Amino acid sequence: MTDQASTDERGPVTTLATPIRLDFDFTPGIAQSKFLRGLERGAFVGQRCPVCGKVYVPSRGSCPTDGVPTTEDVELSNCGTVTTYCVVNVPFAGQSIEIPYICAQVLLDGANLSFMGLLQEIPTDQIRMGMRVEAVWVEPDELTPSLASVRYFRPNGEPDADYETYKEYL
Amino acid sequence: MSDSEVLHAAHRLEYPYSRSVGPVIGAFLTGLRDGRLLGVTGAGGSVIVPPTEYDPTTGDDTGEMVEVGPGGVVESWAWVAEPHPKHPLETPFAWALIRLDGADTAFLHVVDSGGPDRLASGDRVTVRFRPAAERIGAMADIVSFVPEGGTGS
Repeated sequence: MTDQASTDERGPVTTLATPIRLDFDFTPGIAQSKFLRGLERGAFVGQRCPVCGKVYVPSRGSCPTDGVPTTEDVELSNCGTVTTYCVVNVPFAGQSIEIPYICAQVLLDGANLSFMGLLQEIPTDQIRMGMRVEAVWVEPDELTPSLASVRYFRPNGEPDADYETYKEYL
Repeated sequence: MSDSEVLHAAHRLEYPYSRSVGPVIGAFLTGLRDGRLLGVTGAGGSVIVPPTEYDPTTGDDTGEMVEVGPGGVVESWAWVAEPHPKHPLETPFAWALIRLDGADTAFLHVVDSGGPDRLASGDRVTVRFRPAAERIGAMADIVSFVPEGGTGS
């Protein structure tokens, strides 16, 4: 037995940092690259299924219903309808947006698939299903092939959409 | 769209875990931070390095911390000719099982011998710690083990 008392003023070691890290070279593939290239010029680009005619955004390159490639590119509106939403009140590690904020599913006009976006410029107690919204983009010289090009969505002032127009997308 | 237009991006998935080390590993890591190698006494007076909370043969609580090393004997080793970015050394090295002086078990660490022709099982090596100001209480407080006398075998 030796004298084991550490004289280090930091005291005994009780925890150990054990970060886990994986480095990927990520490629979104051909279809999603088109979507991202669209974002780079401030536009939402989807793809239409040649069988059922549905427009997916972002497109995965094939129709999940018909199992065929989606080859026709479709440029979509800057406006859409909130199909559903969540008000985030809970802080979590890595959070980059001040709470409370609204996470909404937005069905762009002309699309048959909603996607998630941040909704701002509206008090969190006034958000509702069917609300009409528009995308607010970063400055033209700040556009990148990334969803970071979309700053957020905001109400566009139009009357709420009729439930019948988005009930299939909930 | 040609393949050259398909996007690529670096993507890092990272979880910043930290774990509680407990009293025995904690004492071992505190020892590393102090520049000392510690083991623990087990059944029949054997010395286990790195120390464990329970004797691996009997399951009984282990005993007192004891200082071991700083030298030891290489029991076996494997040469890493092309280290990858997460390896502890950027230059070729050996992973080695080292039985430290005063220990009855082998300890896995790195031997920086300068080449596979300068390392053999049975060789004596000694620990090389980081400077005290850089030590944090982690296995990497040991830079490597090096052949005793500073030259390869």
